[in-house]
Order: sequence, then C-alpha cells, then structure tokens
Amino acid sequence: MSINAITPTKEFLDILTPEYKALHANGPYWKQTSVDDLGTFKEITEPHPHCAGCGVALGIRLGLASLPSPEDTIVIGTPGCAYFALSQSNLNYSCTAFGNQNSVASGLKRMLTLRHPGKNKDVLVMVGDGGVADIGLDYTLHSWFRGEKIATVMLDNEVYGNTGGQESGMTVKGRVLNMAPMGKKFGKIPVFEMAKTAGIVYAVRVTVASPKKLGAAIRRAVLVAREIGPTYVQAYTPCPTNMKFQTNKTIETAKEAEKSYYQYEEYVTEAAGEYLRGLGENMC
Amino acid sequence: MTSDMVNINTDNTISAPSQRTVSADELLLRAPRARAFITGSEAVSEAVKRANIDMSIAYPITPQSESMHLIGDLYAQGYVRDYYRAENEFAVMAAVHGAALGGGRVFTATSGPGTLRAMEMFPVWAGSRQPIVCAFMCRGVALPPSIQPENIEMAFLLDTGMLMFHAENAQDFFDMILAGYAIAEQPEVHLPVGVFADGFFVTHTREVVMLPPDDVKLPAYSPDIAPIQPFDMEHPPVRQTRDPLMNKSNFTSYAASASWHQEILAAAERARKHINKYMGGLIEISNPNAEIMIIASGTAASQSREAIRILEREGITVGLIKVKSVRPFPTREIIMATEMAKLIVVPEFNAGGWLAREVKASLNNNDRVLAGPRVFGGMAMPSEVIVDEIKKVINNKC
Repeated sequence: MSINAITPTKEFLDILTPEYKALHANGPYWKQTSVDDLGTFKEITEPHPHCAGCGVALGIRLGLASLPSPEDTIVIGTPGCAYFALSQSNLNYSCTAFGNQNSVASGLKRMLTLRHPGKNKDVLVMVGDGGVADIGLDYTLHSWFRGEKIATVMLDNEVYGNTGGQESGMTVKGRVLNMAPMGKKFGKIPVFEMAKTAGIVYAVRVTVASPKKLGAAIRRAVLVAREIGPTYVQAYTPCPTNMKFQTNKTIETAKEAEKSYYQYEEYVTEAAGEYLRGLGENMC
Repeated sequence: MTSDMVNINTDNTISAPSQRTVSADELLLRAPRARAFITGSEAVSEAVKRANIDMSIAYPITPQSESMHLIGDLYAQGYVRDYYRAENEFAVMAAVHGAALGGGRVFTATSGPGTLRAMEMFPVWAGSRQPIVCAFMCRGVALPPSIQPENIEMAFLLDTGMLMFHAENAQDFFDMILAGYAIAEQPEVHLPVGVFADGFFVTHTREVVMLPPDDVKLPAYSPDIAPIQPFDMEHPPVRQTRDPLMNKSNFTSYAASASWHQEILAAAERARKHINKYMGGLIEISNPNAEIMIIASGTAASQSREAIRILEREGITVGLIKVKSVRPFPTREIIMATEMAKLIVVPEFNAGGWLAREVKASLNNNDRVLAGPRVFGGMAMPSEVIVDEIKKVINNKC
C-alpha cells in the first residue's frame, strides 16, 4: 500500500474520524514499531469488546504493534474471541468458516504473490487454540506440509471462550470445563512439537507475560514467512472469564505457566536463522 | 526430522502460451467455432484453457477427477498460473475463497460427497461476493452410498446464494463455464456460479462440441470493477472488514447482515439479463404450443427429447422446457411457457424431486404437474419410462 492510499483529500478531512486522522499522521505504517514503542504512536488496534483482563486482546495488541509491515499485512482469522479485536483493527481482516484459516491463507498468499510480484504481502493467520488444534488442525498441518509462506499465530487461552468456556484440545489435563464435566481426559495437543516435524522453519512458544519476546516472535515469524517457509507462534493468552481468576491476574497466571509447562522456546532452522541474521535480527 | 520443502510454483516462471485477449462477447457469441469430438471432462478443460484463470485448486473425487487432471496439465503448460492438490474439498473451497479475496480469477470442481464436505464454504463465497466458478459433476451421495450419476446435490445448494446452471451435455458444460465468468464478473452481479452436469453421462462420454479457437482467452479479471475491494492492502483499511459484520446482539448488526443478504439476492436477480445474453435465456423451449409439456434439466432433457420423438411417431405432440438456469429460477418464463399446457411432466435424476418442487411452487393450477418419473442410484432413464408416464395419464383421462 502506498501512502497515497490512506492520505485523505483535503476537502474530506473534516468528516473523517479522529482515529483515521491519527492513523494517517502517527500510525505504524512504513515504520518498524515494536512493543517498546507502545504509547508513542497510533495503534492499528482500536477499542474492542473483549472481557476485562483478556489475554487474547493483549496478545493481539502486542502482536499487531510488532508487525514489520502493517501497511502490507492481511490477517486471516477464524470465529472465536480473537475476532473481536481483529475485526476492529486497521488491517484487512477476514474471518469466515471455523477452522478454514490456513486454507484461506494459502489461496490468498499465492494469489497476492501472483498479483503483486516483487512486493511483500504478509499473510498472517491469527486465531485461537480451538481453531488451530481442533477444528483446523488438518488445514494447519497441510499448509505447513506444503510449505506455504504464511505465519500462523495461535492465541492459546486453553478454552473455547467465545462459545462459553468449553474444553479445547489445548486445555490442560484434568481441567473441569463445559463439555469436560469430569475434567479433561488428555493433555495439551503438542502442536508446537508437531510444527517442527510438519515443515515449520521458525517457531516460538511464548506467553503474554513476556511482551517483548512475544512481539519479537511475531515480527520474526512474519519476516521468515516471506522468504523461507511457514512459521508458527504459540502464545499463551490466559482467560480470566473462563478460568475463573481475577482480571488483574492475567500476567501472573502466564508467568506461573512460564515456570512450568509454557517455557519460552525458539525453534530456528538453519535457513531461517541465516535469513534473520542477514536482516540484523538479534536472537533472544 | 525435517520434511523436504516443496518448491511452490508461485513465481510464474512458466511462460504462458501466446493467447490473444478477446472480450467475453467475442469469445462466446461471435468467434467462429470448429468441431471437436471430446468428453465432458475435456470440455471443462477447453473452457478453462480459454478463461485466463489465475489459480485452480484440485482434490480427487469420482467422476470429477479427470477434468481437474486436465487442468493440472493446463497449469504445466502455462495456461493456469497456479495450481495445487489440496487436502480435502473443504480446504479446496476455502483456498479458492482466499485466492478470490486476493483479487484473481479461480476455478475448481467437485462431485457429490465432495460438495457436501465443502458445503460450509459455498454461502461464504456468495456472502463475500466472489465470482468463483465451480463445476459440479453430480453423483450420488451416501443416501445410500453411490458414485453413480444423480443430481441430488443440487437440491442442497439451492439457497447458498450461488447462481446455478445445469448443463445438458458437453457443449453446455463448455459454454456455461465460460458464460459463468462473463455473468459472475458483472459488477452488478459479482456472485459465485455453479455449473452442474450429470456425472458420467456428460463427463465420461464423447460427443461433438463446437469450440472457438484456443489462441484466444477472456481478458484478465480486474478487481477494480468489483463492488467490493480485494484483500490486498492496496486500499485504505481503516476500520473495515470487507465481509459483513458477524452478528452481534444488536439491531444495527442484524440490519447490516439482513441488508447484505438482501443485496446478494438482488444481485442474483440482476443476473437474469446477462444470462439471457450469454446463455440465450434461462430456458429453451421446443414445441411451445403443445398441451403436454416436459420440464427437465441436465441429461433428463436429452432423454425427454428422445421420448418426444417416440410420442411424435404415435401422433402425440409433446413440448420441452429445458431449464438451463436453476438459480435464478425461470419462474416467469415457465409460467408463460406452460399457459396452454394441460399436463406438465418433470423427469429427474434424483429421488428428492427438487425440480418438480420448484416448478410446482412457480405455477398456479399445479395439479397439472406430474412430479416424475425419477431415477437414482446410478440408473439410466430410458426414454420409454417418460413415454409410459405420459401415456398413463392420457389413457386415464380417456
């Protein structure tokens, strides 16, 4: 996208929303913003109806602030909580049938490559754990097997939040939730480990308690997906509403998880590492 | 363990064969045509060859597979710019949706159970106002399991928002796919088109098809004329999802969704004049003044023609209304064409009788409608069966 595309005509300036004007004057487009810059620029995330203390909303905010080229990023979603903030962000965002996201992204990325040769059009899948690990697992894995150049982000709140707190494949073993009245019978689906054998060239497991790491992971995942291959970020984004903890305990909850089963891990293939070093990206 | 990375051919390195771009009017209505003796599957491939397709995505199912093999060959030859085999039909229909979001022209095809597996994506195409053309090589589903010709899947698709054309033969299949793009891509239409043919009978038999030259093709699709913009971040993205709002619990949201849906229905109505232009009408009539009329679509129309010849030899005049467009449905045309009819017979290749239901819902005095005969499970429809049904009614009245 060129700056001309969003530059308002003078005559229409007075009828545009303050958000639009702020975005044009001080948005993240054509800048390389990071989590450190939050508070100094107009974010592409707008006010949204997520619950108080929502880890998913935080994950989206941190992720979108870290995009290397928001002016050329298209986000593909799937129904679920992530829809609420993403659908009101200043990006092209599409969300249709549940679980289809990596198939939609495959077709879109290929078509954008055909239609805009020589340009980076970043296709980012940003969806919940049910969308990736359950209903969309087939399509996620196959897009990785095919080597589609898309970045996939799982916002893992370990529950179906939007439909009212049901067990997902990413729920921890033993957790009592709707549709798991006696507690979940099996552990988290090892999507992060599966990614490594399914053709992912760069993957990070991280939580919202480490905002800089989360931002860097999404930035690098998008960069690597441009040239090298499919990438994956699995971010723990705890849900106070369904996990029944206080809304000011989200970071604390994520921090606790980091000490046990949600430790930070960055998986970098040789090709991805070489590419990132070539771009001057300092590894964590 | 690392898997070998597949080299995805999205860099457009294959040089496209030299084809001259001509208008849809030129290609469909004016270009000289020559005889070819080809199967229905080959007719699909011949249409795609001239359709300037950006991307096609395939998944095997009988009896569709052969046509998508041939389109793979077209990709290898440079006629189609990108092509791959996806993991199942839902993935295919989702990926062509994604590709269409990117602002290019796409094609795919499926059959019976594949149609049902992909079902959730068809309303999405219409809801996103995408001019995707998809061929359906109709076959039985698991009601009980059958791979044989049968077009019950059309019943399931009637209210998905897509335009639906039913090909009688390979010629129709070729023409309707190309006309499908011309109609679907009208700015005032911009809806998906399903082109249906009865599997095996059309796909796997060889017949004479009149083809325009293959060194011409449709102009490239331009998203600039679309009523909605592509998803390419080349336009101001501020606070807009191009798709309608997912229903939130408030009136504004309900109203936005309902008016968007109404516009899809209105766009289908606006397609009628383009169907008249590029397909010569929503219906075709033979023997318009006959008191007995057969209304049929697909290969049932061919079997009906033969039945009409048999009855003609016995001095019984019967007319035929061949329904080419099922969506939009030719309600007004059928009312007018049956004004004189005392008996209306609707033979079908499915057990549900969806065409008879549509016809009955369109007409006054619909006790004139004989909702049958029907064959299914793979059986052929001998013309004699249609003849016998008509004679039974005549004899009862005498």
